[in-house]
Amino acid sequence: MSDMNVDKSKRRFLIVASSAVGGVAAAGTVIPFVASMLPSARALAAGAPVEVDLSKVEPGMQLTVEWRGKPVWIVNRTKEMLDLLGKHDDRLVDPASDSTSQQPEYCKNPTRSIKPQYLIAVGICTHLGCSPTYRKEIGAADLGADWPGGFFCPCHGSRFDLAARVFNGSPAPTNLVIPPHKYLSETKVLIGEDAKA
Amino acid sequence: MDKLLAWVDARFPLTATYKAHLSEYFAPKNFNFWYYFGSLALLVLVIQILSGIFLTMHYKPDAELAFSSVEYIMRDVPWGWLIRYIHSTGASAFFLVVYLHMYRGLIYGSYRGPRELIWIFGVLIYLVLMGEAFFGYLLPWGQMSYWGAQVIVNLFSSVPFIGEDLSVWIRGDFVVSDATLNRFFAFHVIAFPLVLLGLVAVHLVALHEVGSNNPDGVEIKQNKDPVTHIPVDGIPFHPYYTVKDILGVVVFLIVFSAIVFFAPEMGGYFLEANNFIPADPLKTPPHIAPVWYFTPYYAVLRAIPPMFGSQFPGVAAMGVAVLIFFALPWLDKSPVKSIRYRGPKFKIALALFIVAFIGLGWLGIQPVTPLYTWMARILTAVYFGFFFLMPWYTKNDTHKPEPQRVTDK
Amino acid sequence: MKKMSFAKGLLQALLLLPLAAMASEAEVHLDRAPVNFQDNESLQRGAAVFVNYCLSCHSASAMRYSRMTDIGLTEPQIKDNLLYATDKPGNTMTIAMNKKEAKVWFGAAPPDLSVITRSRGADWVYTYLRSFYRDDSRPTGWNNTVFDKVGMPHVLHELQGQMVPVYKTETDHEGKTHRVIERLELAQPGKMTLAEYDGLVADLVNYMTWMGEPAKSKREHVGIAVLLFLGIFFVVAFYLKKEFWKDVH
Repeated sequence: MSDMNVDKSKRRFLIVASSAVGGVAAAGTVIPFVASMLPSARALAAGAPVEVDLSKVEPGMQLTVEWRGKPVWIVNRTKEMLDLLGKHDDRLVDPASDSTSQQPEYCKNPTRSIKPQYLIAVGICTHLGCSPTYRKEIGAADLGADWPGGFFCPCHGSRFDLAARVFNGSPAPTNLVIPPHKYLSETKVLIGEDAKA
Repeated sequence: MDKLLAWVDARFPLTATYKAHLSEYFAPKNFNFWYYFGSLALLVLVIQILSGIFLTMHYKPDAELAFSSVEYIMRDVPWGWLIRYIHSTGASAFFLVVYLHMYRGLIYGSYRGPRELIWIFGVLIYLVLMGEAFFGYLLPWGQMSYWGAQVIVNLFSSVPFIGEDLSVWIRGDFVVSDATLNRFFAFHVIAFPLVLLGLVAVHLVALHEVGSNNPDGVEIKQNKDPVTHIPVDGIPFHPYYTVKDILGVVVFLIVFSAIVFFAPEMGGYFLEANNFIPADPLKTPPHIAPVWYFTPYYAVLRAIPPMFGSQFPGVAAMGVAVLIFFALPWLDKSPVKSIRYRGPKFKIALALFIVAFIGLGWLGIQPVTPLYTWMARILTAVYFGFFFLMPWYTKNDTHKPEPQRVTDK
Repeated sequence: MKKMSFAKGLLQALLLLPLAAMASEAEVHLDRAPVNFQDNESLQRGAAVFVNYCLSCHSASAMRYSRMTDIGLTEPQIKDNLLYATDKPGNTMTIAMNKKEAKVWFGAAPPDLSVITRSRGADWVYTYLRSFYRDDSRPTGWNNTVFDKVGMPHVLHELQGQMVPVYKTETDHEGKTHRVIERLELAQPGKMTLAEYDGLVADLVNYMTWMGEPAKSKREHVGIAVLLFLGIFFVVAFYLKKEFWKDVH
């Protein structure tokens, strides 16, 4: 063992080369292990788009369906309900739905829907994940005389209007999420898939 | 960087540990092919623990769900098939590597003083590994899993007086059932791996205390440089044996990957066809045999006939066949360690032992016939003869003088 | 060089062992199933046969319909051609049949077929499905040369037609004579010729083998990449070791 005849640059090159190859090997090994924690084919199948028949939802009524294990509400909004929507913009956090992550582009409109009549929203409070309740009665005693109808979260008192927009002073920071969806016919809607996909 | 290192060293012996076990751990410079298998065993242990953790995320230890959860892993979990095949191939690879590692110990006398404790820890590792493999084999809940466990647990019922109660206690039921699966899962994923890791740690601590043996059986610590106090035949483990072991690891991974990706069933030896049938407590498959790494002992078990209406002698023989390895350091009376300097008697005895071990392994897979039973009896006698006659043939053997320094090849 | 011969001997023994073990297994003669995963058309035809004929009594509960995108089908194709209206492509191939009732009807519940080719082997399934013959002593009226007294009737007999056994007499080593089946003969033709029927079963078994391990093609592709990579790693590691070990000796 002596340092004579040692080609230092060759040695350094070989160390760098084998470290690089070893690094690639380690990274290549990590990929399948990390990927195995992604949703499995079973989870993906269970989270597949859900088809809903809207003809069963009567005016003013709410229907809850399950998509990816989450409650999705469908509310058949009456003419009066829709008329009230534009009258309290000053009390909303995000009246124009400017936060792009909360709804698909095609639902960035005053009713937050494709067809004004039907609200389709994920019923999970954007605060800490409770599911708010549907409170359609205008001026309900416990919610104040100016309550225009909407959703009230029992956990921490967040309030949303009938376009699922959050009122000022609620713990929830943003409007409820509108899931991707598309109409298959006049009365059939597919929740979980965009028209473009 | 130096400052950080100093800060750590003041609180944890990082540099000292690095020096003691790598850069200033001096290993004999004449390690050959057989010395790859220790580091490879460590590699396989890591592979098994990692792949096992990820399998545990998707596997269900429930008699109703276990079989289909394995197929779920094979199909629905992204890359699940790869992780499962790595783990199933790893089990066989573990035994192959450990058997070759033990064979190295046999030919170069690595079990001899002052390395008796390293050997004993090693045999303990081997025992725990057998338990680990046995428990793990039940988990896929196929026909072979089920009936293999049934047969092995029933061995305990042959223990005099307490046998029946013992086997019921092990199973937690009157047959292998959901309760058995659930506890085997606990043993397989936590209890035995913990023990295994602890034993591997003490195996290495003991090794680094006395230093490695080598193909010449020369104690390199007895010949130190008077100035540096470094063994003249020693070289630092790092970088020399790290770069050498990396080469060994790559070759191993080539073989391992070839099996994982192109022959994960290995012709039915690593994954048995019958284990693709869900466990059925009412129907035994026509021909059951343990996985290949247990077959030598299974052949010993079958070779011994029942005596006084009891299976116990066969079971006891099988137990002794494994436990006898513990006694090896004290059975060997030869003045030299390595086979290179031993006489013909030991070489013949060892050759016969290897033939017996492999022969028994082969017989353990075969169906029982009178001819095979007699072959198994002869080979069992040879197997035990290797150990029990060892004090005699090693003492009376001729031997060549051991050299003072290690030789090159 | 005593030690080399030890090493060699051990390795040779390890290599020869599986061969010896294989050779000792004598079994019923099985025809070789023409399995080819590259042939998507065969796999798709086989899938259709499987769904139409097998899936009424047998489940394949580990197999998702949607996985058939791997053999060149699109989701709408799967939905329109292979699924009942109520099923979704993400569903697994389950059946409505009650296991207990099935056991009464057939003597044993029809096994799940997800991995049947991995337990029985493709050759066995291929031969079995072509070895039914008329046997009026059986409750179903059918028997099988590969699986004696099988509970399953010959579901595909309209296609294959009816086969009857041709016997020969054999004398065993004790001098007793037995009547054994020499071969099967077509007594009443079905909708297909025997060659067409063999082709249909070949497609079916091809599909079932693919279904036994849908990841196999991917496994082999990844395997080639991994081995090529390890080959490069070997070269680098070899020179690294060689460079450092110049110091020793």
